[in-house]
Amino acid sequence: MQPVIFALLALITLGAAAMVVTTRNLLRAALWLILAFFGIAGIFILLNAEFLAVAQILIYVGAIATLVIFAIMLTRNMMDPSQPRFNEQWGVVGGFAALLFVVLAAIVTRVTWPVAAGDVPADTIQRLGSDFVGPYVVPFEVASVLLVVAMVGAIIIARERE
Amino acid sequence: MVPLTWYLVLAAGLFCIGVFGALARKNAVGVLMGVELMLNAVNINLVAFWRHTAVGEMTGQLFAIFVITVAAAEAAVGLALFIAIYRQRRTVNVEEIDTMKG
Amino acid sequence: MQGIFKLTALLPFLPFLAFALIVLWANRDKKLSAGLAIGGVGLSWVLGWAIAFTTFGIEGFGEHPFRMFRDWLPTGRTWQAFGFAVDPLAAAMLIMVPFVCFLIFVYSVGYMGVGKPESEHDERGAPAEPGHVDRLASRFFAYIALFATGMIGLVLADNLIMLLIFWEIMGLCSYLLIGFWFARKYDDPKQITPKEAGLKAFLTTRIGDTVMLAGIFLLYVQTKSLSFADIFRPEMLEHLATTTVNVPLIGVTPWATVIGILIFFGAIGKSAQFPLHVWLPDAMEGPTPVSALIHAATMVSAGVYLAIRTFPLMQAVPHGPALQFMAFIGAFTALFAATIAVAQNDIKRVLAYSTISQLGYMFAALGIGAYVAATFHLLTHSFFKALLFLGSGSVIHGMEHGHHHFELPIADCGLADPHSTAHNPKSEIRNPKSFDANDMRNMGGLFRRMPRTAWTFIIGGLALSGFPIITAGFWSKDEILSDAFNGHTVVFVTLALAALLTAFYTARQIVMTFFGKPRTAAAEHASEHDSIFAWMTVPLMALAVFAVAGGWVGIPREFPVLGALSTNPFHHFIGGLAEALEIHVEELPFDSVPLLTSLVVALGGLFLGWLVYRKARPAGHQVEEGEYMASPQQFVDPLARPLGGLYKVLQNKYYFDEFYHAVFIRPVQRLATWLYRVDDLWVIDPIVDGVGKLWRGISEAGRWLDTHIVDGAVNGIAAVIGWCGGFVRVIQTGKAQNYLLVGLVTVSVLLGAFLLLPK
Repeated sequence: MQPVIFALLALITLGAAAMVVTTRNLLRAALWLILAFFGIAGIFILLNAEFLAVAQILIYVGAIATLVIFAIMLTRNMMDPSQPRFNEQWGVVGGFAALLFVVLAAIVTRVTWPVAAGDVPADTIQRLGSDFVGPYVVPFEVASVLLVVAMVGAIIIARERE
Repeated sequence: MVPLTWYLVLAAGLFCIGVFGALARKNAVGVLMGVELMLNAVNINLVAFWRHTAVGEMTGQLFAIFVITVAAAEAAVGLALFIAIYRQRRTVNVEEIDTMKG
Repeated sequence: MQGIFKLTALLPFLPFLAFALIVLWANRDKKLSAGLAIGGVGLSWVLGWAIAFTTFGIEGFGEHPFRMFRDWLPTGRTWQAFGFAVDPLAAAMLIMVPFVCFLIFVYSVGYMGVGKPESEHDERGAPAEPGHVDRLASRFFAYIALFATGMIGLVLADNLIMLLIFWEIMGLCSYLLIGFWFARKYDDPKQITPKEAGLKAFLTTRIGDTVMLAGIFLLYVQTKSLSFADIFRPEMLEHLATTTVNVPLIGVTPWATVIGILIFFGAIGKSAQFPLHVWLPDAMEGPTPVSALIHAATMVSAGVYLAIRTFPLMQAVPHGPALQFMAFIGAFTALFAATIAVAQNDIKRVLAYSTISQLGYMFAALGIGAYVAATFHLLTHSFFKALLFLGSGSVIHGMEHGHHHFELPIADCGLADPHSTAHNPKSEIRNPKSFDANDMRNMGGLFRRMPRTAWTFIIGGLALSGFPIITAGFWSKDEILSDAFNGHTVVFVTLALAALLTAFYTARQIVMTFFGKPRTAAAEHASEHDSIFAWMTVPLMALAVFAVAGGWVGIPREFPVLGALSTNPFHHFIGGLAEALEIHVEELPFDSVPLLTSLVVALGGLFLGWLVYRKARPAGHQVEEGEYMASPQQFVDPLARPLGGLYKVLQNKYYFDEFYHAVFIRPVQRLATWLYRVDDLWVIDPIVDGVGKLWRGISEAGRWLDTHIVDGAVNGIAAVIGWCGGFVRVIQTGKAQNYLLVGLVTVSVLLGAFLLLPK
């Protein structure tokens, strides 16, 4: 059963992602992006990372995608359909992105990963929380400072100047 | 259970699509969306490795959360920048932003 | 008592804190910024001396240095540590570095005019008018505080990674501070501006740094560690000296030699040794405290410090090519730069070449194995060279004040053209063509007008020339010469000649600046009575004390009469470290030949310089006795005629700048232009046009064929051409996406190669 779900989710995610980068209308691209985020959240659930899946939906869909849509709407003629979608180097980029995918896929399938099967502990979320305020407290605090700085910075940058 | 390799290939695919978006899109918001896809690909890798190699430690998930945090900060600042640039130049076409040229 | 060592980590942190506070919070208040910088480095100074003096009391400290470190950076299966160490070498440097930094910071308060009003004529990033504060003075203090972090951290670094980090911090500060007056422009397009000089310094040292980085990588590959304590274990050095590598063209060489020479290149760049010496004289475009701090006392000696630190590696192969190379470069540079210094007219440039020459002295000393003597000279040189630079800064300010106070009243009386001065005093003072306060030909007779500066400068000059017995320079130079005399005749002769020239140009400088009659009105009216000179002359006096007394800690025990009074504590202290590192050092038996040599070259050089320049004055038929020169060109150097063409060569620094410009810079520029042409005019565009036309013709002829196929093909070809164009044009378009594409191409191709190539 799981492989089927995986295949389905992968299809949704990759398809939506492909639409994100190719659609002419930016607003539609943002909506496709939301679908891709949902697909990734499904992958996380498949990997037994339920908390992360919820965080993914809350942050990416709830915040980032919304922000993107707002930005698009604030700068309306950004989605002028007469504008070309891609810059002039898109052909090269496409070629090399495909090459990169082939190479990466070849590498990840060839390497023997140190797979260690194990059951997911029941108290994942509890552990996550205690790790954040335990061994990872410094990065955690730095991340919170980063968020504050980003917030202040965003306000200052986007503020209208006389 | 789905093998690790499948996830990795999926992530590689998502990453390459993101690369394409980031490097080929003319519109700055489109570039940003490509970058978000790349970051998500990284997250899939982190969580997949956590599940398949080190399920006892939470490092993989922790890092994924840090990545999400950074992505949120990046999106906020990035979009604010676009709005500021748009206000000044009436465009967010990445190609026209070439002040790095000496 | 040992507890004080735990505070070691604070030493670099305190100035860094000052830097952060100035940048984030205090930068609007110039006085507060200066106070923070001085406070930060002052605390470092007190603490540094406390630590250093504690180590002097510990017997056998060299065998058991203090280390504190924490694993920090994972590199595969090993960890790089974040750590500091205090050993005798670091302790000796701790005596010098924070103290000199502190004095120079105090001096900068006066030099930058902190406390004076801002001038409305002043532009940001240009030197302030006399009597006014520099507009960016806060920034200046932030930069020099960051620099102090770099230097103190470098001295205390426990491993090569730490050393590299602080090394690069200093490089950055050097760049920022040389270009501190970034808005300054000169009339003469050939004269290098501060902005260009900063770039030149940064890029030139980068060459050395890159080679050094290669050396560090190789060292890591061979030893799996970058900690000094690990690398310098005898087993490890033995391993490095015995395992060999086949270097193309040179042959089988031990790793220790290869790595030693590569790392030495970093020192060549940083210490401005031949052939990378070209940046240091131009670095004098920075404010004078910067020249004193970075380009005389500390950063340039960091190169020597690196060579001393890694000396066990260099001499893992005893008397091997690494040491010979170092001795050769050092001795050659010592003589080479001294000859150039003889023919320079800019007061700071003379000192710059003198610095290059003295650093060459130290490398030569290290190259012949005189580990203690090199360290000793490094310390004494820092004191008296900082003194000389600060003195020259004081002279320059005095001249500017003289010029300023002289020009304006005359204009007011209507004696001079009012357009040039009264209505536009800014352009008059700024215009470097009109008056160059750095030019020694404009000076003369300053001794009466600036006595405090003159006395201290002369003391510094005597120490630099190695004036016997009383000055520090004599003892350190004498020790190097006697080490060289002991079996290194070529080095000995070269260094003795360099010392002779050193004494000669020092006498020339002192006589031209302070004695004789004032040659310009500015020199006539120069003074040191302004309040800023109080800040500037006190550090001069403190440094003058050290320029004299600093040498007394290293008087050899075998020296006649005085030796009986001396215990030579310096040799004992550093020697303890050398023994722990299995470096062979011994106090040599007294020999009268090197002693007589250093006496003769110092006194003879000074006397010759005085003899030649005491009567030097503007050429008689152009300028009457008692009148001022109209331009510095009227001053004829007494050496110019006897030396003829050679004098011109020396004055132009052997044309090295021109040579590098023709051989390296011009071809690169040409290549860039040519590639641009190839891209836009000759190849890509015609191909695009040609192919486009061709296909249009075919498609028109075959319109009845499937239009879509043809169109598709045209688009395809255009896309191919576009890709090629994109490839070539990818260089310097200014578009971020183009740059990222280069990264994508590189990564995918490298990964593909990794996949396909046989393991």
